[in-house]
Amino acid sequence: MLAASVLIFTAVQVLPGNAASAVLGRNASPAAVGILSRQMGLDRPASTRYAHWLKGFVHGDLGDSAVAIAQGSNHAQIWHLISGPLKNSAILAAITALVMIPLSVGLGTLAAVRAGRPTDHLISLGSLAAVSMPEFVVGSLLVAVFFVGLHLLPPVAIVPPGGDPLSHPKQLVLPVVTLLFASMAAGIRMVRAGTFEVLQTEYVQTARLNGLPERRVIMRYALRNALAPSVQVLAQNLQYLVGGVIVVEAVFAYPGIGSQLVNAVQIRDVTVVQSVAMLIAVVYVLINLVADFIVMLLVPKLREPA
Amino acid sequence: MSGRLRFLRTPSGAVGFGILVLVLLVAVLGPYVAPHSATAPIGAPPFTGPSTSAPLGTDFLGRDVLSRLLSGGRSVIGLAAAATGLAYLMGLAIGLAAGYSRSIVDPLLMRTVDVMLAFPPLLFLLVLIAGAGSSVGVLVLGVAVIQAPGISRIVRTATLEVSERGYVEAAVARGERAVAVITREVLPNISAPVLVDAGLRFTFSILIIASVNFLGLGLQPPSSDWARMIGENRAYISLNILAVIAPAAMIAILTIGVNLVGDAIARSLGRSYVPRGIRSPAA
Repeated sequence: MLAASVLIFTAVQVLPGNAASAVLGRNASPAAVGILSRQMGLDRPASTRYAHWLKGFVHGDLGDSAVAIAQGSNHAQIWHLISGPLKNSAILAAITALVMIPLSVGLGTLAAVRAGRPTDHLISLGSLAAVSMPEFVVGSLLVAVFFVGLHLLPPVAIVPPGGDPLSHPKQLVLPVVTLLFASMAAGIRMVRAGTFEVLQTEYVQTARLNGLPERRVIMRYALRNALAPSVQVLAQNLQYLVGGVIVVEAVFAYPGIGSQLVNAVQIRDVTVVQSVAMLIAVVYVLINLVADFIVMLLVPKLREPA
Repeated sequence: MSGRLRFLRTPSGAVGFGILVLVLLVAVLGPYVAPHSATAPIGAPPFTGPSTSAPLGTDFLGRDVLSRLLSGGRSVIGLAAAATGLAYLMGLAIGLAAGYSRSIVDPLLMRTVDVMLAFPPLLFLLVLIAGAGSSVGVLVLGVAVIQAPGISRIVRTATLEVSERGYVEAAVARGERAVAVITREVLPNISAPVLVDAGLRFTFSILIIASVNFLGLGLQPPSSDWARMIGENRAYISLNILAVIAPAAMIAILTIGVNLVGDAIARSLGRSYVPRGIRSPAA
């Protein structure tokens, strides 16, 4: 975590030379750059700035947007800029996750039960194709079909500032489906592999020979044991969502944290990039920790000290 | 067909290979057969539909979509290939150093790799672009740096395994220099596990570079990169749908082709090939 913060800080602050000149553009006078540098506290050494930024970050103070300062805005606080988008992104990711997890477990199990038959081939080929395409390609093709072709769904998901994205559920359909496409394939494959393996074990055979209905054998014996390794993959999918929203939000002009980040990179608002990147990295690592914890709960063996 | 080309026997391998050859041909020969300039308007208004002079219509600046499509493949494939190649060079160097030295270098390198892997790839690239500006160099180097840790991990594991074999110990006992041992004994024997997912890494490079170009943060106008074309014309999709769909289809076909071939090769070697898309270049 600390290492990640150093990485972000170095990449953004130390590499480019001066953030102030980046904000003001190439033709800025040295005097103007000097003034802004002082306003942004850039005249202090990098280590001091890093300590200041990290301390602020831990205390929930993300600092000020460099560009907003340069424009003389009073609302330069990064937290104000990103709290709305952050909520929007969380909603989008949460809906996707809610659909994704049961769907990938279901399809993966189905493929394993039908192993070698057309359903299985269809599912694995479909997931290979879906994961091969970048989000923006999937998104654009979906828009082409459902908006231009069928006039069914809106091509963008615009939420007014302070508005609630859930008030227009139709807008969210395409972004969610796009995210699903890219994120589900690995989960499906993993669940399939796990379930397939368990279905060959002796205890499943025994259960079958005892005359238990197939449905019950799968739900009760196979799925439960197959899920442990899949949790890690599902967690990876959640992690992916954290990054995937960046592009998908841009595709659908959805006002989330990803759009915010892309904008900030475009205008080279380094302080915003730095804080948003750090936030995303924190969530990313947290998901990993939670997944490890859940795996420990599911697999008692791992709980004993090695 | 024996050995190397066995993957062509499976239907998906053959189909994927055919697709790949086709897209490569378009990318390489495309610019020479393009009917118009890829960067200058052809005199028609923006967003005209298909016509005899512009079979795919014109884009938001009145440029010929077909000509742009024919010249836009080179950057998609070229940049990704360069980044993947560079990543393999870096990954091999790090992995061999860590795996062969068995000194303090090993844990040091591997902890650094762990840190890199814990970081969202696209985020890393965006942060880098925010810091260093966007240029071809930053794109290629950035993607190589993202991919190198995963490769180095596999190289390290394979190297550790191989360097305990008899032939390596014999070479060391003969007093051969480390460089000779590595290039002659170790490298040829780790190539299979290291290269089996090269297809995945190549697709990953395509995906992430294309995403950045789509966002408008990579190659700058008037580049006719397929991803850029989608990004530029997306807002006007209902005016000329072909300006968006055509490049989108090209990227989709390319990446699906690469993954089909990769999947078939991995299967013919008895290994699994799990495409991970943009989510993790790791394992």
